[in-house]
Amino acid sequence: MLTPEERAELDEMRSHYPTVRAASVSVLKWLQKHRGHLSDESMRDAADYLGLPVAELDGLATFYNLLFRQPVGERVICLCDSISCWMCGSDRIREHIENRLRLRMGGTSADGRFTLVPVVCLGNCDRAPSMIVGDELYDDLTPEKVDEILGLSDGTNAGAHGGDHD
Amino acid sequence: MGRTPAHTGVIMTEITPVLTANIEPGRAPLDCAGYERAGGYAAVRKALGEMSPDQLLDLVKESNLRGRGGAGFPTGMKWGFVPQGDDSPNPKYLIANGDEMEPGTFKDRLLIHGDPHQIVEGMILSAYAVRAPVGYIFLRPEYERGADLLHHAIAEAEAAGYLGKNILGSGFDLELHPHVSAGRYICGEETALMNALEGRRPNPRSRPPYPAISGLFGKPTIVQNIETLSCVPHIVNNGAKWFRRLGLGDDAGTKLYCVSGKVKRPGIYELPIGVTLRELVFEHCGGMLDGLEFKAAIPGGAATMLMTPEELDTRLDFTSLDKAKNRLGTAGVIVIDDHTCIVGISLNLQSFFARESCGWCTPCRDGISWIVDILRDLEEGRGEPGDAELLMREMKMIGPNAFCALAMGAEGPMVSALEKFPEEFETHISGGGCPYERPPALPPQSN
Ligand SMILES: Cc1cc2nc3c(=O)[nH]c(=O)nc-3n(C[C@H](O)[C@H](O)[C@H](O)COP(=O)(O)O)c2cc1C
Ligand code: SF4
Ligand code: FES
Repeated sequence: MLTPEERAELDEMRSHYPTVRAASVSVLKWLQKHRGHLSDESMRDAADYLGLPVAELDGLATFYNLLFRQPVGERVICLCDSISCWMCGSDRIREHIENRLRLRMGGTSADGRFTLVPVVCLGNCDRAPSMIVGDELYDDLTPEKVDEILGLSDGTNAGAHGGDHD
Repeated sequence: MGRTPAHTGVIMTEITPVLTANIEPGRAPLDCAGYERAGGYAAVRKALGEMSPDQLLDLVKESNLRGRGGAGFPTGMKWGFVPQGDDSPNPKYLIANGDEMEPGTFKDRLLIHGDPHQIVEGMILSAYAVRAPVGYIFLRPEYERGADLLHHAIAEAEAAGYLGKNILGSGFDLELHPHVSAGRYICGEETALMNALEGRRPNPRSRPPYPAISGLFGKPTIVQNIETLSCVPHIVNNGAKWFRRLGLGDDAGTKLYCVSGKVKRPGIYELPIGVTLRELVFEHCGGMLDGLEFKAAIPGGAATMLMTPEELDTRLDFTSLDKAKNRLGTAGVIVIDDHTCIVGISLNLQSFFARESCGWCTPCRDGISWIVDILRDLEEGRGEPGDAELLMREMKMIGPNAFCALAMGAEGPMVSALEKFPEEFETHISGGGCPYERPPALPPQSN
């Protein structure tokens, strides 16, 4: 169920679109931003709010790269694996992150802090390899720089130690 | 020496910058007053004050402006397809395409974050020419901050009377709305983009009808790339002849070339359209990183054909690359060195197209992932004699039988790799896999 506050914010957003349906993606993005991922409940809430079938909204949620129907970690790492970044060693960065967080591409660390997903070209190819963590863009990546960005510079493997959930 | 990216520092060249004149790395974009002091919105005053929409359309036709989003379609001609007159459908729409997900392309990022008022001004002029009272700006999700800048610029322009009702007393109304997408390459294709804006699953639509006749919500719609729109104010200010003369070859204007890969100074270069690949790589970008040789380049994003060292003197413009059976695409130039594997490049590119295929039609959805399987086998030592021929035959069947241009985009780099670098495919088969360093190394760091 949407709270009255949530409803008010969505109404504001909806007012910028010519039809209710046109606001769908923005509504889904907003729910994801505030609730972590698009759970079945969030999908039902969005469907009620927009007056559209859940199945149709699922057609959107499963289509877009940055809408998540599965739970994700607190910080989602989107690592570019397109051509310029690949040529400039993005697979080395991927291996490093996988080892440090003890996860595989697409997975979430055991402590729930990080999810690693591949993303297409971020429009930042001259500073390859590039990635986005949360809303921030990071580039010219090296293993050391990645440790710093992810707060792993003290040499611990966050995923292995259970991080904040200890 | 390591790389020194020029991303934030647009390299000034012998020409006076046009599209990047107001962009200073590390500084916030000009606000409305600053933009006006730099000559901004003079074109809107001139066009809305002195020119009819048809005169503006003719001027843009005469300027030989061609679309910067990938296809290079003449902009003025496209505007001319919009039905006009009392009994024509209304409203008409203008859409600025800022989806920019073509690998190797990062020019619209600079224009959006560096000079949002230039985009707003370009949209006012373009909307006036096609008599569209509503415009949307479609942005990829990673350009969210750009959306904030555009919202701000739009509010300022409204307050200054350049947007809203009866702009500068001309009787022309226009409202602009940014929309931030949730990320998918196909959304940049103009008919998929319109489905996306309507809140539908963004599969492409069949054409005809073309968007200029029946587009967003079934109304006449013009979709234009961010860089294309940014050219329009300058054409109005300086004239069609001036714009045509900027080009070095047969095309008009300046061009934002985005260079990535193994050069010393990757970055964005605003240059007269028609510089040669050699000038771009070896003069402007300072040549290849130390110890590396130039092996190949892709001139315009993932969907264009590989170029060899023999093609270094080719001009990077629409006309010259069309003649060379290539395409300028987005002018996202990806430079490949002799330590990089062409089969690996092909695998990366086809994996991109396979993943971003919208899944609507079988040749693309199933065909490209099959191509990926064959390439992965080659890389991992499971290649067999005949695989190169198989790749060529299948790839040539996918593009022409697919529903939209994404699959044709996948064909270009694959077929050109097979034609121009056959020996690389042979060594993968005879040598039992990839002979290059795996995975590719990080570039040397500059200090
Ligand atoms: C798969 C695909 C993706 C595209 N992505 C973009 C894009 O991100 N930005 C863009 O301007 N054009 C893109 N285009 C081209 C558009 O369909 C359209 O031709 C263009 O926006 C028209 O503007 P222009 O004439 O100013 O170039 C894409 C085309 C295809 C087939
Ligand atoms: S060619 Fe590919 S992207 Fe285009 S409609 Fe078919 S499946 Fe979708
Ligand atoms: S290829 Fe990674 S940012 Fe463009």
